[in-house]
Amino acid sequence: MRGSRRLRFARGWRIARVLLSTQYAYMLEYRAEIALWALSGVLPLIMLGVWSGSEAAGGLGLSPERLSRYFLSAFVVRQFTIVWLVHVFEEDALQGRLSPYLLQPLHPLWRYLASHLSEQATRLPFVVLIMAIFFLFQPAAFWLPTPGGFLLAVVAIHLAFLLRFLLQTVITMLCFWTERAAALERLLLIPYLFLSGLVAPLEAFPEGVRAFALLTPFPAMLSFPAQLLAGEPVDLAGGLITIGVWAALLLPLALWLWQAGLRRYSAMGA
Amino acid sequence: MLRRFWATSLAADLEYQVNVLIELLAVAGNLAGSLFVLSLLFGQGGSLGGWSWEEALVVLGLYTLLDGITSTVLQPNLSTIVTHVQNGTLDFVLLKPVDSQFWLSARTFSPWGLPGVAAGFALIVVAAARAGARPDGATVAAALVLLLSSTVILYSLWFVLAATSIWFVKVWNATEVLRAALVAGRYPVSAYPVALRTFFTFVLPVAFLTTVPAEAILGRGSAPWLLASLVVAAFCLFGSRKFWQFALRFYTSASS
Repeated sequence: MRGSRRLRFARGWRIARVLLSTQYAYMLEYRAEIALWALSGVLPLIMLGVWSGSEAAGGLGLSPERLSRYFLSAFVVRQFTIVWLVHVFEEDALQGRLSPYLLQPLHPLWRYLASHLSEQATRLPFVVLIMAIFFLFQPAAFWLPTPGGFLLAVVAIHLAFLLRFLLQTVITMLCFWTERAAALERLLLIPYLFLSGLVAPLEAFPEGVRAFALLTPFPAMLSFPAQLLAGEPVDLAGGLITIGVWAALLLPLALWLWQAGLRRYSAMGA
Repeated sequence: MLRRFWATSLAADLEYQVNVLIELLAVAGNLAGSLFVLSLLFGQGGSLGGWSWEEALVVLGLYTLLDGITSTVLQPNLSTIVTHVQNGTLDFVLLKPVDSQFWLSARTFSPWGLPGVAAGFALIVVAAARAGARPDGATVAAALVLLLSSTVILYSLWFVLAATSIWFVKVWNATEVLRAALVAGRYPVSAYPVALRTFFTFVLPVAFLTTVPAEAILGRGSAPWLLASLVVAAFCLFGSRKFWQFALRFYTSASS
């Protein structure tokens, strides 16, 4: 028994390595595009500009350094939690490219997950560059997180990414039934934008709105890891539990929709 | 000619009624979110960069209006330049007895941006009235001229970026960067720190897109800004024209 489990683990490891390295090589081809995508995530930095000049920030006791750190962290978290599954999957399903993936002895979602992770690796140097330019203009905001805090933040960013990936997988599976899955994703992006803490720190929300936002999965996808990265005091257990509960809800739903969707799937020529 | 262009695309698009619902929801959601964030920015205080709540709403209305125009005309048209270059069909466009820049910029029209245009317009009118604007003939004329010049500036920025696809086929992302940076136009430019304010006035003319027309609507417009806006608009339009001619010199069609 133990031997076979080790064998399975070794096989999984080999598949992961091959998938990641080929997808990484593939993504490197799109360096220029990915650099532009990275740059198009400037929203938190623009919001930093508005917030730092506003009277509201002073009223809430948010110092300029704290704002800078929070929004720069939000920028970084956003960069590494971007999910574009629905757009590629829609095209793959439409053009019949999904069919050969289905024949392989590997769940196609692993392939998409690997390509997202590889895209993040390609993005990393550009994000570091943008951060360097930011600190050049705002040297007072520079900070080094503690090693423990940094590790926790990296883990939280990955968990936040996985949660976003799961949520979008659920939406993506609707591709099997409707042509408007991408439009639905665009609608879902609106509450994400305004409730996750991307455009305003959650502390600035009125009590009722904050309580409502915390009931949604969105703050756990951005505000929670960003606060960890910025070194702010944060409810660690609460954040992790929120991510865990939402993941436990979404994972079975995504897998069930996948099964049900496949039965309906008829690709070109099938 | 525009009427004929747009009537055909409208007929094709209205096939999808669910999209109308989705688009209305998106506009309403975005507007509600923007209002919420703006209210957070005001906090207990009464101003943002020297602008009152109602005045800042005029800026937000202008942004919504211009964003609607982007989705209605700019994006659907200019995104096709990339496809034309990729497929080599740009040749057919160049052979047509219509100015190629005009054809590429105005060929289609997407009704999905219209809810945004309407919402933006309504917000401007309501907010300006509540801010106590007294629209006389001169104010309305100045506001219309400035709105036109901000549309021209916006168009030129989009067109120049889209035209670079003559060299770089994968440039479509660059317009996403532009769209992301233009979000800065949701707030009056005086709300930003000095360095960013300078950038948004002289490098990326966001100030001329929303803040300057808003000042005119509120009756605070001044002749120098009106003149500056016209000069920037004329410069941008002329620049986009020259840039297109320059880019075409590098275009070697698909067969050559």
